[in-house]
Amino acid sequence: MTDLRKLNIDGTEYEVPAEYTLMQACEEFGGAEIPRFCYHERLSVAGNCRMCLVEWVGAPKPQASCALQVKDLRPNRDGTPANIRTNSETVKKAREGVMEFLLINHPLDCPICDQGGECDLQDQAMGYGRDTSRFEENKRAVDDKNMGPLVNTIMTRCIQCTRCVRFITEVAGVQEIGLVNRGENAEITTYLEESLTSEMSGNVIDLCPVGALTSKPYAFNARPWELDKVDSIDVMDAVGSNIRVDSRRDAVLRILPVTNDDVNEEWISDKTRFVWDGLARQRLDRPFIRENGTLRPAGWDEALGVVAVKLKGDPTQIAAIAGDLCDAESMKALKDLMESLGVKHLDCRQDGSLIGGGARAEYLFNSTIAGLEDADAILLVGTNPRHEAPLVNTRIRKTWIEGGLEIGLIGEAVDLTYAYEHVGTSAADVAGFAASTSKFAKRFKTAKNPVIIVGAAALRGEAGQALLAELGQLAKETNVIREDHNGFNILHGAASRVGGLDMGFLPGEGGLATDAILDAAQQGAVKAVYLLGADELDTSKLKDAFVIYQGHHGDNGAHVADVILPGAAYTEKSGLYVNMEGRVQMADRATSPKGDAKEDWAILRALSAKLDRILPYDSLDALREKLMADHPTFMSLDTAPDRAIFDGAALGAKGQLSDAPFKNPIEDFYMTNPIARASNVMAECSAVIEEKNKTVKEAAE
Amino acid sequence: MAELLQDKDRIFQNLYGLQDQGLDAAQKRGAWIGTSAMIEQGRDWIIDQIKASGLRGRGGAGFPTGLKWSFMPKEVGNRPHYLVVNADESEPGSCKDRDILRHDPHLLIEGCLVASFAMQANACYIYLRGEYILERNRLQAAIDEAYAAGLVGKNACGTGWDFDIYMHHGAGAYICGEETALLESLEGKKGQPRLKPPFPANAGLYGCPTTVNNVESIAVVPTILRRGADWFTQFGRENNKGTKVFSLSGHVNTPCNIEEALSIPMKTLIETYGGGVRGGWDNLKCVIPGGSSVPLLPKEICDTVLMDFDALREHQSGLGTAAVIVMDKSTDVVKAIARLSYFYKHESCGQCTPCREGTGWMWRVMERMVVGNAKTSEIDMLLSVSKQVEGHTICALGDAAAWPIQGLIRHFRHEIEERIDNYRADKPTFVQAAE
Repeated sequence: MTDLRKLNIDGTEYEVPAEYTLMQACEEFGGAEIPRFCYHERLSVAGNCRMCLVEWVGAPKPQASCALQVKDLRPNRDGTPANIRTNSETVKKAREGVMEFLLINHPLDCPICDQGGECDLQDQAMGYGRDTSRFEENKRAVDDKNMGPLVNTIMTRCIQCTRCVRFITEVAGVQEIGLVNRGENAEITTYLEESLTSEMSGNVIDLCPVGALTSKPYAFNARPWELDKVDSIDVMDAVGSNIRVDSRRDAVLRILPVTNDDVNEEWISDKTRFVWDGLARQRLDRPFIRENGTLRPAGWDEALGVVAVKLKGDPTQIAAIAGDLCDAESMKALKDLMESLGVKHLDCRQDGSLIGGGARAEYLFNSTIAGLEDADAILLVGTNPRHEAPLVNTRIRKTWIEGGLEIGLIGEAVDLTYAYEHVGTSAADVAGFAASTSKFAKRFKTAKNPVIIVGAAALRGEAGQALLAELGQLAKETNVIREDHNGFNILHGAASRVGGLDMGFLPGEGGLATDAILDAAQQGAVKAVYLLGADELDTSKLKDAFVIYQGHHGDNGAHVADVILPGAAYTEKSGLYVNMEGRVQMADRATSPKGDAKEDWAILRALSAKLDRILPYDSLDALREKLMADHPTFMSLDTAPDRAIFDGAALGAKGQLSDAPFKNPIEDFYMTNPIARASNVMAECSAVIEEKNKTVKEAAE
Repeated sequence: MAELLQDKDRIFQNLYGLQDQGLDAAQKRGAWIGTSAMIEQGRDWIIDQIKASGLRGRGGAGFPTGLKWSFMPKEVGNRPHYLVVNADESEPGSCKDRDILRHDPHLLIEGCLVASFAMQANACYIYLRGEYILERNRLQAAIDEAYAAGLVGKNACGTGWDFDIYMHHGAGAYICGEETALLESLEGKKGQPRLKPPFPANAGLYGCPTTVNNVESIAVVPTILRRGADWFTQFGRENNKGTKVFSLSGHVNTPCNIEEALSIPMKTLIETYGGGVRGGWDNLKCVIPGGSSVPLLPKEICDTVLMDFDALREHQSGLGTAAVIVMDKSTDVVKAIARLSYFYKHESCGQCTPCREGTGWMWRVMERMVVGNAKTSEIDMLLSVSKQVEGHTICALGDAAAWPIQGLIRHFRHEIEERIDNYRADKPTFVQAAE
């Protein structure tokens, strides 16, 4: 039962929860609109812009409604509930006054400002601004600051709301933006004018209520009202961040986050946000066939014909591997096609791990991302969530800041933006952890809601199975898996992985897994390999095989391909993606595929006709119906699966635990997939980080 | 003519440093006498006595000290209580705490012990203004003496109460005299005022219950307890009880700090202790009665006004820190207020929009008004800007910046107008009155 207080808002009495701020109370109950600049519901309250002032009848001054809580209000002397006015003359005057102050030193450069059309200051000036300025002095000018290759600064426009400072320190966890000097000389700046090192830095662009921090890659590209806006799902990692793709004339111009409290809250990583320029480069825009060692453009009919001939061969000599960015539909179509041909060598785990095949919960992020907020002890094994899933990392940091959470890490000691106890470096240390008496180990064993997060990369090969067995045992012995809590989490790095595992895109009876396929291809036992957007492989082993590459970027896979079938990137097709939690989400098509390229399922459908193995669906809807009929988990859109319990002891396969230190799979956060590698912006980010590391190293020497 | 305060009733017997400030001398003057007896009377007795004495905070706002103390939680929970003494005296015109720190530091230290005991604080921090170097040395020496004599520290004064006292030297920012900015600064952060609520009594230093008091408020406590609330209440009018250190500066013949009873007529104060206005009372132009942030008063009001909280408020000014700045007829009062505007522009922390933007704007307009380079309509604009700043900020610095200008326009509007007219007519804008 929440504590309710009576409150009179604009003449009507309401019962409002005591912990509400006046702003919440006035907006949710009173239906008033309270203007604000510095207040943001996911950041701490600063109360400094003074735009949200409301009148508390009887109080000597107007009150900042973002900071004052309902419980801090006293009733009137006669015992009637406190009166709040959001539209009185006092309030109007106060807001107009603040607006005037905000505008006196703000440049009148809206026509050349990238924020134009989506600027809080512009919008609110319409409501509260004067028609002319009374300010006749010289305006203040502020030097622009360097914030790196992503964030453009025009600091004269800054209104010192400090949202960016609070975001970078609180959410991103790096203290690299601050407010220096005082009074009217106060300026937002970066530490020593260096570029930001956070992988979340782009969010300050969204947070900035004015045009002080804008997107550098998007600078002067378009006005917001010219853009076509499509809700989609990000594929840079397995978080499945909800995004909005803004495009104009079939070119993606920017990517913004869409709020989803269960997944990405209101943030996205820099890779998600700025990868879009990679969508216009290195694209495969027509089919190619390799002749005499070089690729030559070809027509669809010809290319598909060549592929069909190869696939009509001995099915035991054919293999198919699905990559990291695939939508579920194209994997389903490829799987159906391969199975109809009798091919058993199928794998969606191009990283070489052997998870999957069993119960669904055994390969999911069971606690769910939002569920991490209930955790009181987290053991990270062989993972760097900051790079593999930045939004899982911010969630851990958020919980850590709120207090009551302790974190232990077995793996490479890196800066995770929160404090952790480094309890080991290798799989063998996991065995030792059960018997360990370290502070964190004790805490973990007595924790109420302990959580294990193991990186998918640590589960590669047979050694991974042994580690999985050990972790399962640990989970069983501690509180990790029990009736009302499942904190056994696998942190996937690939957007397509869980979808592939869900539909069983795995080796059939006697089939080979990725590593074995590559070895077999090297030895000549597998003669044709179908790569569906698979680029993160040791492609040197595929030299002697006939490689069919279906994908959208000319990257590792295309380099060794004998036939290239140009497909669609994630913004160019409607598709289903299953994130690490097992949450099925649908992305919409924002632009069309480049040149002659086609949506991936359609390519496979056309290929099936050439092979006389016509797939039983003529439209994407029919394909989805089949997918959902065969695999009912795809039916529940947008929700994480219900908690499932499994026997931890039955996980993996017992074996020798390696004492080789874990190595994080991502060496360069900005270069993890073909789209990112094609992006100039990502290359710049990567270069900045490299330069920084070099300087640090030199300084150390 | 009202009766003047007698020497025997002055709390600060060594305000002028005529005697030694050390422990022995202080004890001869009465400090540290009966301290343990006061503490043995118990917390409630101390707080009741202070409430009964009618002591109002001496730092400017005049909030009843006893009431403020009673806001502290009755029981110590899992968070310790703290007393913080605000010795960041930076108000232009005010120099009373300086003399207390220099010449009577033991009264302050004794007050800290008693007040801390009353609020169940085992630790007290004194936040000292950055520019106060001599005061810092004197105060630290006095603290060391008190520790050596067992007056503070473990089992302070033999009462069984453990009490530690720390002096923290600020870096010289006016805003750090605001109590929550002071706490931020004390915690090692940037001195920017916090949002209230939560008030310090609930979540102050390091999030623990804290009371922040002015130096003078704390330093008078032991004497009040020693001599009784009745003794203190015989001075001053109802609701404005006790004695107070006034700082007289500006165009008086003998600028000084003087402890007097509240409610003394301003004219008596200036004539008796300041040696009168330079050139005689009739040469008086105006007085800022309570430190730079309160509105000035013209001579007509100064003729009769009493120096206490309520009387000055009736005239739309305030007692503030009781720093009386006297200006005679030779003063360019517009320029004087413009200089104060510059001070507030310079000291604004930059957190809240109205103060950050408004102080600079007001100062620039004031500078133009000094030479008369303005439009007459801008006087009203300036007034409206000052009203837009006043009351719209987190702390009172916005108010403090607005009030002097409001006072100027209220009482000397004709002078600004005249100046603007002269500027337009190409006449000299300000001619100093002949002495």
